[in-house]
Amino acid sequence: MNDSSGPHIPRTPPRKSATFDEYAIAEIQRAAATGIYDIRGGGTKRKLPHFDDLLFLGASVSRYPLEGYRERCGTDVVLGTRFASKPIHLKIPVTIAGMSFGALSGQAKEALGRGATLAGTSTTTGDGGMTPEERGHSQTLIYQYLPSRYGMNLTDLRKADAIEVVIGQGAKPGGGGMLLGQKISPRVAQMRNLPEGIDQRSACRHPDWTGPDDLEIKILELRELTNWEKPIYIKVGASRPYYDTALAVKAGADVVVLDGMQGGTAATQEVFIEHVGLPILAAIRPAVKALQDLGLHRKVQLIVSGGIRSGADVAKALALGADAVAIGTAALIAIGDNAPEWETEYQKLGTTAGSYDDWHEGRDPAGITTQDPVLAARLDPIKAGRRLANYLSVLTLEAQAIARACGKSHLHNLEPEDLVALTIEAAAMAQIPLAGTDWYPGKTGI
Amino acid sequence: MSRALKQMTRVEPVTFDLAVEPLRDLSVALHALGPQTNQTTWQILNPRGQHAVAVGVTVPVTIQIDGHVGYYCAGMNDGAAITIAGNAGPGVAENMMSGVVHVKGDASQAAGATAHGGLLIIDGNASARCGISMKGIDIVVKGSVGHMSAFMAQSGNLVILGDTGEALGDSLYEARIFCAGTPASLGADCEEKPMTPSDKTILVDLLQRAGVQAAPDDFKLYGSARTLYHFHVDNAGAY
Repeated sequence: MNDSSGPHIPRTPPRKSATFDEYAIAEIQRAAATGIYDIRGGGTKRKLPHFDDLLFLGASVSRYPLEGYRERCGTDVVLGTRFASKPIHLKIPVTIAGMSFGALSGQAKEALGRGATLAGTSTTTGDGGMTPEERGHSQTLIYQYLPSRYGMNLTDLRKADAIEVVIGQGAKPGGGGMLLGQKISPRVAQMRNLPEGIDQRSACRHPDWTGPDDLEIKILELRELTNWEKPIYIKVGASRPYYDTALAVKAGADVVVLDGMQGGTAATQEVFIEHVGLPILAAIRPAVKALQDLGLHRKVQLIVSGGIRSGADVAKALALGADAVAIGTAALIAIGDNAPEWETEYQKLGTTAGSYDDWHEGRDPAGITTQDPVLAARLDPIKAGRRLANYLSVLTLEAQAIARACGKSHLHNLEPEDLVALTIEAAAMAQIPLAGTDWYPGKTGI
Repeated sequence: MSRALKQMTRVEPVTFDLAVEPLRDLSVALHALGPQTNQTTWQILNPRGQHAVAVGVTVPVTIQIDGHVGYYCAGMNDGAAITIAGNAGPGVAENMMSGVVHVKGDASQAAGATAHGGLLIIDGNASARCGISMKGIDIVVKGSVGHMSAFMAQSGNLVILGDTGEALGDSLYEARIFCAGTPASLGADCEEKPMTPSDKTILVDLLQRAGVQAAPDDFKLYGSARTLYHFHVDNAGAY
């Protein structure tokens, strides 16, 4: 018998939509309130097939390992051996990716140069030109040649150790950029020939060439300008890696840099970061195949980037055929980005350590993605450079540990045969067998 | 030792025949010149449309190129006075820092692209994107220019005696555009501006340096409306 309040009807709990999840709803509400897309820094935050989905097999009865700490496992790499008369020799196959003065503080750029130099590797300028501090503290400095040509000049071009022609980047293949006015300090404005404090727009295409045939001529000009001494890199965002690599080689590249969608940006639309491009795992093998088809694997070097975090990631990228990797986000974290010591200030900005990505706003508590002199002064470039060198050392030691376990006397001797995949997707993308099987998803006739 | 290098030991003008000697040797010879060189006059024969001729010269020498050139002639020039007695392909004087480049014929796309300084004179017409992303260069085009000229031009002056293609000065920053003819259309954020006495002084000087007989009052001045300097949703259609 029911009481006066009526029958008890069990109620279902509130159910959130998988499609309209908490983030999607908040973004709709934010868009409706502002009328402008969300801009942020960093790379994709979505879960993607990645190096975590691969495992090394290690040595076994059929393969013997190398003794750790006793038997040598080489880590050096030479970049630019195809045409340049002065190729680059690095002690480790981990380089620092291009990041601009403007997006980053002068202290951060100096720290990257110091850390890279201590570790025996290269660092790279960005969309804003070369600063004397960066050149002075970087033993090996790659000079980016970007569509905006901000700060581009012959003197700096000839001071560089290599030139990286940037076609695109993984966070936004096909996209330009915008550095918001709050980061256009007097010095940044002077370097970019712009008024202070205004939004700085970067074009998505180079101003004086279009397509691979023109690129070949542009590379000729760069070589003539620098007397054929300097390696010419071509950087592309991962989108059509086979053809992009082949065309870069056809155009005359010494080195191809392939950046996956996990690669960071200083400021780009969230929708662009999350929905354009390929994860690096899906891009390496097609690029390697293009080089192999042309008979130029290891002759034109391949640098891959986008989501490299550990020595395992380094080793996996090299095993898939890369000659070196580049790190950007991880390098910033190493020098102090998103450090817990600034948690109180991150919370004032409406975020938390580990999630801060409003790099375009110039209010970085860690003093890295800012031009505010007070904030930037928080970063000690000497200590930060040491942290980066420590991190690069760990990446190298970890990769060596794995390589020795696989019986390899050099990181470049790692090969796809050393790997298996944990998921069908990763197996298909990396073109290696699913663990415990001889199945290569996506390959026919095997 | 190449013939050009042998000639460098003498004070006479250096003649370099690109039909006989490779571009590589020309670049090496020009880049080897020091600031005190007495080889101050060069004549380049038979360029035959070759690319990257006379790029990266950093001394104030005079270079005469007899014929048509391909892409990027005089690229990144920093101090030389380079005359092209013919037409020029894309990107002539791209990223020039200083000096003078004079094209006696027509110029293809992106003439003077991203250039920081110096003076580029084009006696004929210039194609699309003339002065794109210019960062301080002065350009005088005695004919007309193609579409999207002075796109994202940051600073410097573009003088056009003829007409222009569509979208002149699109996304302009602080460069000045003086045009005596008729723009097919103005690009986003480009507007006609009143010509101040100081603007007119700049124009008169450039006309004089380019050897042009023209009345400054026949020109109109175009510049940035500066509505794109700070992103505003109401201007989203301009992006």
